Amino acid sequence: MMKKKIILIAMAALGAACILIALIGIATPATAESPRERFFEVHAKRFEYAPDTIQVNQGDKVTIRLVSEDVSHGLYVDGYEIKTAAHPGAEGTLTFVADKTGRYTFRCTVTCGEFHPYMVGYLNVEPNSRLWIFALLIVGVALCSAVIVLR
Amino acid sequence: MIETKDKLFGIVDLNARFELTKFKPVRAVLKSRWMPLLPILINLFMFVIILLAAFTGGLSAGNYNFGIMIVWILWWVLLMMMLVPGFSRAWCMVCPFPIFSDWAQRTRLFDVKPGKLGGLGLKWPKKLSNMWVMNIAFLVTTFFSGFMTVLPIATFILLGIIIIGAFVIGLIFEKRTFCLYLCPVSGFQGLYSQFATVEVRRKDWEICKNHNPKTCYVGNEKGYGCPWNRTPFDFQKNTYCGMCLECLKTCPYDNMAINLRPPGVDLLVDTKREPRGLDEAWKAFIMLGIAIVFYLAFQGPWGFFKDMVRGVTLPGYLGYIAFHTVFNLLIIPGVFFVFAYLSKRLSGNTEVPLKSVFTNFAYTLIPMGLGVWMGFSVGILLPNGSYILRVLSDPFAWGWNLFGTAQIPWTPVLTGIMGYIQGAILIVFFAFAVGYGWLLAKQIYADVKQAKRGFIPILTFLTLITLVFLWLFVG
Ligand code: SF4
Ligand SMILES: [Cu+2]
Repeated sequence: MMKKKIILIAMAALGAACILIALIGIATPATAESPRERFFEVHAKRFEYAPDTIQVNQGDKVTIRLVSEDVSHGLYVDGYEIKTAAHPGAEGTLTFVADKTGRYTFRCTVTCGEFHPYMVGYLNVEPNSRLWIFALLIVGVALCSAVIVLR
Repeated sequence: MIETKDKLFGIVDLNARFELTKFKPVRAVLKSRWMPLLPILINLFMFVIILLAAFTGGLSAGNYNFGIMIVWILWWVLLMMMLVPGFSRAWCMVCPFPIFSDWAQRTRLFDVKPGKLGGLGLKWPKKLSNMWVMNIAFLVTTFFSGFMTVLPIATFILLGIIIIGAFVIGLIFEKRTFCLYLCPVSGFQGLYSQFATVEVRRKDWEICKNHNPKTCYVGNEKGYGCPWNRTPFDFQKNTYCGMCLECLKTCPYDNMAINLRPPGVDLLVDTKREPRGLDEAWKAFIMLGIAIVFYLAFQGPWGFFKDMVRGVTLPGYLGYIAFHTVFNLLIIPGVFFVFAYLSKRLSGNTEVPLKSVFTNFAYTLIPMGLGVWMGFSVGILLPNGSYILRVLSDPFAWGWNLFGTAQIPWTPVLTGIMGYIQGAILIVFFAFAVGYGWLLAKQIYADVKQAKRGFIPILTFLTLITLVFLWLFVG
């Protein structure tokens, strides 16, 4: 009986801690590592980008050179709301400071064929605080529900 | 309705109802034969344009096609985010697809012809009177999603098959057999409408008990007997109620009502006439699995998978079909089975069959699945919703500009905070799944001690699946 109580209290504390840390995480902006200059050459062809995922750290100064391998394509970055386009033989470039953290989808902006709306890639700006904030919330809710049920 | 003393999250009274039809004008409108005929006719007009646009669009890219955009962005997203969770099968109320078979069976466009309905009126086999045919039909339909959602002509073919199918089946089989057991859009609406915040139910059983013959079932001069073959005087689950409103017209005592209710009440219903079943469980698995596969294919960055889904090479396409089928029909249920097994083991209960543990807990995947589909839909609507404004002004791409919106460029909206929206939706529906999971545990296991222990593996499963979707959406 005693042991069960201790386990339950531990679970409740852990669950509450998860939720608390998540809430603090929402309130405080993540602090960046020392920013660097980053360069990526992204090749676009129907209906994919290579590389399909771009990994940077918050604060990095990012330059993307967009090269088309077949027809015209574009690249629009969610959240940053900036874009460029590349045509066969004519590259596009995009430079920005990755100040917003999280995963942002980048999308083709030029209708390049039937799968055009699905032509996307990911820009990962570390630390991905959204992921761990929500993960902590979910685990916190789970632990607290377990305690409420088991008590 | 069933009386339950259980409260959701320990606070929400699941017997709470607010009758919308207690307001006289509301009831009067719903009792008119113009309802739902008028919205159906308007909708029919919309679908004529959709069909025309989809046909003339042919093989062109779908993002500037009225048919593609209205069906796959507006309609699909509305269904998942509003109609089903909010209003149950309100889509079916206004659906134009089966109107031709209704007219043919009734030989009336508007008023009521008493007596037998026309057509062969065969009974659908009892063995197939469940979701299995729709489960398979829906899964097979998704094999073609890489074409249907992007090529206008493929959407035309899909809609054509549904409309002709509804008509032909209506000539051969009785009433709304097509809607009940065949329509590809029916299964998930039926399943997820169990979570809906609206219901059609009888009010007072004492009145029904003494009413013979029961006109809601057999019909009278005011309306037809339930076209969906329900017994309006006692059904308790939204699943197969198409909200056609006939029973509001045929009940001489105004004893049928439309109620607002707490979401998810039907998940606790398990009666002889409306038992929980493996067919609905599999529907829940399939819907969950399809959400994962669709996310990977359409919102993920992996080009090789897109190439498989859109059939660049035959082996690749067959590989997608094989993976999709095995994943949805076997792997998801298989993983769930492990947790159901653990639940039974941990509970220490030896009487409850493993099958009912498995089936009953699968109903937690109804709120879960609805949540992940909402998250998925947000990922379609926010980036691509602006296309809708465009095609509304120029439905046939003939250079029209009906509403002055034809030149609006493609504009993603709020996609920067999309991850937060999706994460929030996930948490809310995770909470519903957990809340109902606990109530289901108490139904499954006779005593509370067993329920507590048996609940833990299910809670673990729900947590893990939520984390999987969180990773998909924002990871
Ligand atoms: S079941 Fe299908 S055809 Fe029937 S009303 Fe609903 S959506 Fe329309
Ligand atoms: Cu492109």
